[in-house]
Amino acid sequence: MAQPRTAGSGTGFPKPAEGSWTAHYPELGTEPLSYEDSVSPKFYQLERQAIFKRAWLNVGRVEQLPRNGSYFTKELAVANTSIVVVRGKDGKVRAFHNICRHRGNKLVWTDFPREETSGNCRHFVCKYHGWRYELDGSCSFVQQESEFFDLDKKDYGLVPVHCDVWGGFIFVNLDAQPQQTLRDFLGPMINAIEDYPYDKMTERFYYRAEVGANWKLFLDAFQEFYHAPVLHAKQSPVSARPEVQAAGYEGLHYQLDGPHRLVSTTTGRGWLMAPEDLKPMERVTRSGLFGAWDAPEIGELPSGLNPGGSKWWGQDSFQIWPNFVILFWERGWYLTYHYWPTSHNTHLFEGNLYFVPARNARERLAHEMAAVTFKEFALQDGNTLEATQIMLESRVVKAFPLNDQEILCRHLHKVTADWVDDYKRKRAEA
Amino acid sequence: MSDALLPSQFSDLERYAATWCLPTERQRFAQRIASTMDEMQAFYDAFFPRAEEAITYCEKFPLDEMPEDAQRLLQLLYSLVMVSFPVEVWRQPHVPDSGAAYLDLVLEPTP
Repeated sequence: MAQPRTAGSGTGFPKPAEGSWTAHYPELGTEPLSYEDSVSPKFYQLERQAIFKRAWLNVGRVEQLPRNGSYFTKELAVANTSIVVVRGKDGKVRAFHNICRHRGNKLVWTDFPREETSGNCRHFVCKYHGWRYELDGSCSFVQQESEFFDLDKKDYGLVPVHCDVWGGFIFVNLDAQPQQTLRDFLGPMINAIEDYPYDKMTERFYYRAEVGANWKLFLDAFQEFYHAPVLHAKQSPVSARPEVQAAGYEGLHYQLDGPHRLVSTTTGRGWLMAPEDLKPMERVTRSGLFGAWDAPEIGELPSGLNPGGSKWWGQDSFQIWPNFVILFWERGWYLTYHYWPTSHNTHLFEGNLYFVPARNARERLAHEMAAVTFKEFALQDGNTLEATQIMLESRVVKAFPLNDQEILCRHLHKVTADWVDDYKRKRAEA
Repeated sequence: MSDALLPSQFSDLERYAATWCLPTERQRFAQRIASTMDEMQAFYDAFFPRAEEAITYCEKFPLDEMPEDAQRLLQLLYSLVMVSFPVEVWRQPHVPDSGAAYLDLVLEPTP
């Protein structure tokens, strides 16, 4: 008699006792997935309210505010606003809606009102009528104040946005009253990586692109590696291709914690590989997609890394709800991804690579190799997304099977539905 | 005194300097897309065997105090990394199937 097939069973890495990662989290189910949540303009309008106006959102890092008076703006089209984030005279980081209280002009911008900007100032002055705001948001000057009627400047401070800092990452929450503190929202799995030495990794490569796909499709693309041996096959040296594709892909460890999720994987160890299995430029720079082979000294790492405790550990990709990813490589560097929706079928992708600053040209060149390689891969991923979006919108097919290595995609779409349902329920009750 | 862009021991690479000594990734990527495979192959073939020598030359200096000719040599190395993908992997200037996709590097370390 034939044995029942277990998802992903094979000769690979151990799976939970239930037989699959997906079965370990039974609330996920194993049904084919509808991608209606990625093609429906109506659903997108619900996401804006239910998710992006209620969840904590990462908008930058403290290094972007090096001094008191440093500020940057962030366009949050998904929430229909722009915010300004500023380090006050007291050193505290605050966020405000970027709107002048007088007649609604955008307060902080340079040349182009839709573009982000940054700088350093002692106070903010509106370009329109010269109203002035201190770095704590209070209104301190009104042009021709006596012309107004019963106006008290105290009532006309900038509209604050809830703001908190975790691991040097600046988060905001656009809810009038956030349902959770930032740390409660992040939960134990994410809080266990707060102590990573982010502050040592200040050499930054910052990429942006507008992508013609729903924001969740790009999250899906980078939260499963089942695609890697196929989509990126040509990036392997010819001699290694059949082996890479036949081996397929298995994650080392998957973990869910509330709305957040994690996949751990192995890594390429270039310094142990046969020269013919490497690109010549990898050999010269001693670097590649997985980072510089010669890792910097960064001290002890937080307990939250490699939570599966695998001896083959090479990478953790923490998917922080809703649109923020921190990816740690074993070679002592990290990346972040952000996916900012701009419509139901477009979003702005931001990728940041962070390294311990190079001390010399050899180290710097190794970082260049990692960054250029990252872009080569990301360009392949980006175009595939648009191709997916186009055909999902045909609605010819309405149910898509996900395998055990795609558990995180399943989880993302479930959390999305849960948050939208919760919002609808609370709105009905109100 | 000459108009050399590169340190004298790399004078044989001068003919590539004007094209490939570019300070930003955006410029290097644009140059790659605007180049033919023959042009990139010639640059790669001339420079790749000397890459280690060039790295050794550049790393003698602190990164923030590199003489201008060494900085340009480092930029030439960045360009070698850039063309290594078309030359070693793709056999074409573009990333295959990347179509209209783009990814702009809007902030990068200097040098």
